[in-house]
Amino acid sequence: MIFDTTPSQTVGPYFAIGLPYELGPFAVPEGTPGAIHISGTIYDGAGEPIPDFLLETWQADPEGKFADMHGYGGPSELPDFRGFARYGVEDGDGTYDILTVKPGPVPDLAGTAQAPHIDVSVFARGMLHRCVTRIYFADEAEANAADPALARVPLERRATLLAEPRAGGYRFDIRFQGPGETVFFAV
Amino acid sequence: MTEELQTDPGEVRQIYDPVAETPTSYLREPEGVHPPLDYPPYKSTSLRHPKQPLVYLPQTITEITGPRLGSPEVGETDNDLTVQHGGEPLGERIIVSGRVFDTEGKPLRGTLVEIWQANSAGRYKHRWDRWPAPLDPNFSGAGRCVTDDEGRYQFTTIKPGPYPWGNHYNAWRPAHIHFSLLGRAFTQRLVTQMYFPGDPFFPYDPIFNSVRDATARERMISSFSIHGTVPNWAQAFEWDIYLRGPGATPFEEAH
Repeated sequence: MIFDTTPSQTVGPYFAIGLPYELGPFAVPEGTPGAIHISGTIYDGAGEPIPDFLLETWQADPEGKFADMHGYGGPSELPDFRGFARYGVEDGDGTYDILTVKPGPVPDLAGTAQAPHIDVSVFARGMLHRCVTRIYFADEAEANAADPALARVPLERRATLLAEPRAGGYRFDIRFQGPGETVFFAV
Repeated sequence: MTEELQTDPGEVRQIYDPVAETPTSYLREPEGVHPPLDYPPYKSTSLRHPKQPLVYLPQTITEITGPRLGSPEVGETDNDLTVQHGGEPLGERIIVSGRVFDTEGKPLRGTLVEIWQANSAGRYKHRWDRWPAPLDPNFSGAGRCVTDDEGRYQFTTIKPGPYPWGNHYNAWRPAHIHFSLLGRAFTQRLVTQMYFPGDPFFPYDPIFNSVRDATARERMISSFSIHGTVPNWAQAFEWDIYLRGPGATPFEEAH
């Protein structure tokens, strides 16, 4: 028998009571060699920064290994690598900031190499279901050009998925509507 | 390419260890299981949904793995919201329990369940919640636990009250508890709300009714359990949660 899934509901305005935690924004511990900040601003359809949102990321380490491989090979050997970050804010200026390492290439299920990427979920009041996107890296042009997921994205919209290098890491903004609307995925 | 949700998954073949406990792909949920992102009766959706269609993402190892947060982060009494302060919170003491399954009915063990809620008067301990209902110094409203080997979770808490909000004239949210589930894979991540049976606000609440299918809405409503109710102590409500299970890719179904 196949059961139906429980429907999604909005995270609402008060998730900060329960979800953010101190180590949440750290996909790697502070002091990890090669650690970078990925930060940016999340904009609503009016172009205004969204003051209340929860952002989560999931990614591989620089070797393409996850913290938990679920049986698909050995897990990451990077000490205390979590690969998961949660950044929640209730009345901010629309920005987020996580500490992580740049992921390496990981294979897709057909064995094709994927460009380095980070899966992202955004939750907020006014979102009845999470919105999923992926962070790719603007300085991986060759890998990006061969990436099977990016290949599904219309050429003129691919730039919305590229994090731009800057001092200490990368910048990745998310726009829900309007010019430069970020590509969101159905998973 | 941008006209509609792409449903062509391309070719996918299994290359990973077939005995691995993680499926190579998770069920794609049919439209209507979850609420639409653009739902005008819930006004805040208008500026917070993508206008462009979602792009179909083939599931890769990034999507079929996921974080396991657990024991180090969860304390022994984190699932009892009535003992987090010096005194007892006011209101109806309740036990909320259930099991977390995937859509094949397999229990999900060791998965993190996080909840947050209003107090018995319908007030959240949050500085944005300013409506004139009392705060309870003995109630914070947050809890967490990890499911056991049978996928079971349990919380002891206080029945939350309904509360007004600004969506439309005389708008009130039905009493609810927010639930967050990590599942085992990125694909299984779910944030939802648990409701209580027979709530008079159901017909008027756009968030509850954003789930357009009536039977799907029923899956968000807990049931009262006289068997779980503890004499002279607490009422019991039971609620099972179903996360996405293994699902063949459309390519595989074609064979």
